[in-house]
Formats: sequence, C-alpha cells, structure tokens
Amino acid sequence: MIKGLLDIKRWNALLDAFPEYYVPGFLMTLKISIVGLLTALCLGIVFGLLSTAKFKPFQIISRIYVEFIQNTPLALQVMCYYSVLPMLFSSSGFRIPKFILGVIGVGVYHGAYISEVIRTGIEAIPKGQSEAASSQGFSYIQTMRYIILPQTVKIIMPPLANQALNLVKNTSILAMVAGMDLMYFTDSWGADRGYFAQAYFTSAVLYFIICFPLARLARYLEIRSMRLPVAKKLDLAEEEGVC
Amino acid sequence: MLEIFNQIFTSANVLFMLKGLRMTVIIALCATILSTIFGTLLALIRTYATGKWKWVAAIVAVYTEFFRCTPNLLWILWIYFTIKGDKIFVSVFAITLFTSAVMSEIFRGGLNSIPKGQFEGAQSQGFNFAQTLWYIVLPQMYKKVIPALLSQVITIIKDTSFLKMVDVAEFMRNSSVVMGSIYDVRGMLMLFAFEALCYFVICFTISCVVRGYQKTLVTA
Repeated sequence: MIKGLLDIKRWNALLDAFPEYYVPGFLMTLKISIVGLLTALCLGIVFGLLSTAKFKPFQIISRIYVEFIQNTPLALQVMCYYSVLPMLFSSSGFRIPKFILGVIGVGVYHGAYISEVIRTGIEAIPKGQSEAASSQGFSYIQTMRYIILPQTVKIIMPPLANQALNLVKNTSILAMVAGMDLMYFTDSWGADRGYFAQAYFTSAVLYFIICFPLARLARYLEIRSMRLPVAKKLDLAEEEGVC
Repeated sequence: MLEIFNQIFTSANVLFMLKGLRMTVIIALCATILSTIFGTLLALIRTYATGKWKWVAAIVAVYTEFFRCTPNLLWILWIYFTIKGDKIFVSVFAITLFTSAVMSEIFRGGLNSIPKGQFEGAQSQGFNFAQTLWYIVLPQMYKKVIPALLSQVITIIKDTSFLKMVDVAEFMRNSSVVMGSIYDVRGMLMLFAFEALCYFVICFTISCVVRGYQKTLVTA
C-alpha cells in the first residue's frame, strides 16, 4: 500500500505532474463542492419547509423525494443522470458538462439529507410558538422568518457542517463518470505511471485539507450547541460573594 | 414497451444481477461485522487510554480524523491497486478500514453518554476493568447507538456500489454489464429503476427498523 512512498524519483515525477493534474482537479472539486452545497441548501430548505407544511400533498411530495434519494446510492444516481439526461435533450452525442453533472448529483443527494436536518430543526421548536405567533397576527412567512427559523439555525448548524463534509467527500464519485475532479485525475495519473502510493497519498492530503476544517467546525458547533445558555452575572451577586 | 422489457429482463439477466445483489449483501455484512469490532476497539482505546498510554489514544485520534476526512472511494482504489490479493477480500478490507473510523466516532459518542457512576458502582462490587466494560458498559453503549449504527449500515450498502470501479462482481457492476447491451432510453430507464428499487427495498427496510426502534425508545 505504501511501497516506494519515500522514493525521491517518484515524488519528482509527481511534482512535475502536479500543475497539470492535481491543480485543475482540486479546483474542480472545490467548485463542485461550493456550488453543490448551495444547490443542496436551496433544495433542502424548500423540501424541509414543505415537509412541515400543513397541506398534506406537500408533505407527501417531500417524503417521497427524501426517502427515494436517501435510500439509493449516489453512484447510481450519477450514472443515471450521466447516461439518461443527454438522451432526453438530444440524441446526437450531446454530453452534459461534468461540472453541471456534479452539481446536480451531489446537490440533489445532499438536498434530501439537508431537508431532513431542517425538518427536525423546525419540529424541535415547540408548536405553541407558531400558535402564539399566528394569534399575534403573524403570517406563515413572517412566523418562519422572524420566529421559527432563527431558533432553528442553532440546532441545525452542527449536522449541516457534517453534511458539507460528506458532500465534499462524495464529489469523488464523479470519477466513476470521468468527472475531471480530483479523484479522476489522481486515478488517471496513478494508472499512467504506476506510482499509486504517491498519487493516492497526495490526493488524500488534498481532500484532508478541504475536509478537516469542516470536521473541526462541526465539532465546535456541536459543543457550542450543547452548552446551555448562561445568564449574565449581576454585579449584586459578585458583591455578595465578596462579603 | 413490453418488448423492450422482455428483452432486458430475461431470466439469465435477472439471475446474473441477483447474484450481484447477493455479493453486495455479503460484502456489506462482512464489512459491518468487522468494522463494528474494530470500531469498538478504537473507541475504547480513544476514550480510556490515559496516563502513559496516552500516545496510543493520540494515534487512534489521528487515524479516525484522517479517515473521516477522505473519501471512501479513494481508499478502495488505493488499496485495490497496491495490495495484491483476492478482490473481494481486498474490497472488504478497504471498506472496513474506512468505516471503522466512522463507527468509532459513533461508539465514542455512546461511551461518553454513560455516567461515571456506573464504573464506580461496578468497582465497588468487585468488577475489574475488563469485566466492567464487558458486562456493564458495552451492553448499554450498543443499545444506545443502534440507530446510528444501522444508519451507517445503510451507508455501507450504498458505498458497495463504488466497487464497480474495481470490477468486483457486485450488483451495480453486474447491472452495468447488462446496461451495456441496451441502446434505448426507455430500456435504460427501466433498468435504472430496477436497480434503484432493489437498493431502495434493502435500505428502506433498515431505515424503517431504525425509526421503529427510536419510537420504542421514546415511549419506553
């Protein structure tokens, strides 16, 4: 697995190939991750709100989307988009740009997970709050905007950061359809030269660079959300303590 | 329409794909069992190795963080290309290596939620450390983490579809072989729907079990 990892000659070969293979791959992965995350957030918020709506059909639509996407592999979904979508538009050798394919793939997949996160976040807020809001004349949108969502944010931040982490990792699946991302370039350079240990080690480090801050963020948010709100100390109490 | 259907779902094709599905389930099952064992060990070390064994806990922490922050596909490819051996064995090894890092985080969460009084109580009754873990701590911990554990099993089943890239004869790869003989959009959609349905039935069953279990926890 790590045979010849310390071979200088191989590392030099990797350094030569770095601008040509790893830099575009890394940038592609980064771009897909960012745009994919935004897409997933939009889908997640829309379907998360739908699943808490009072109108039953909305709930059912959201439920079907979430269950279907969560219980089938992302690889299958991406393969499906890759081979079926072009044929729906035209039959003459049209190919979807890999960037779009990646964004749709991870966006739709993680949109389902984020929708669940948002749903549980909204359901964690006691129902009395929206009843109280509507008794004060707030509309549905106002209730969400001013009362429910601001409280939800604190609950959903840690799982959202985790989803972002998984999303970055899942962009690697694009390598299965020659997606021009980091994993694809790693694979093709490694197979070209046969220096697998160098190729994959470098790639692992690059993924780690993107994902580790996200993992720390998730941990930090988790610890912060578990901490109970502490009341500010009054001066009075301190004086009493001194006495 | 029916013609296309009959063309794809011949008994030979269906049998071939179902063989793949069996392989998927076997690989997922082996990986689950192995990574539960290995993940438990990692979690125990990271939680209870203190004093002069602190460096072991640090190594485990680095291992978990590193594997959690890199994609599973990368490890499958890396290990497949560098370790020569039986394909199935190698892929189970790769998935286990990755998943045990995730599992150990789940178990660590479970271990942290067990009150310290349990240890003190056990010690006062004459249990030694290993006995405390085996008879008192681990049973409670497993009971707590079952939902998260089963969700991870779903992820493992979905992740076995990566093995198509290294040509292990699992469900996704066998279906792709069948897919290779179809040039019609409707036929492709039918086959994709069949694949999705098979994965869906397995994964959805597990997620229903998770939900049912969580409900019993709430009412109990």
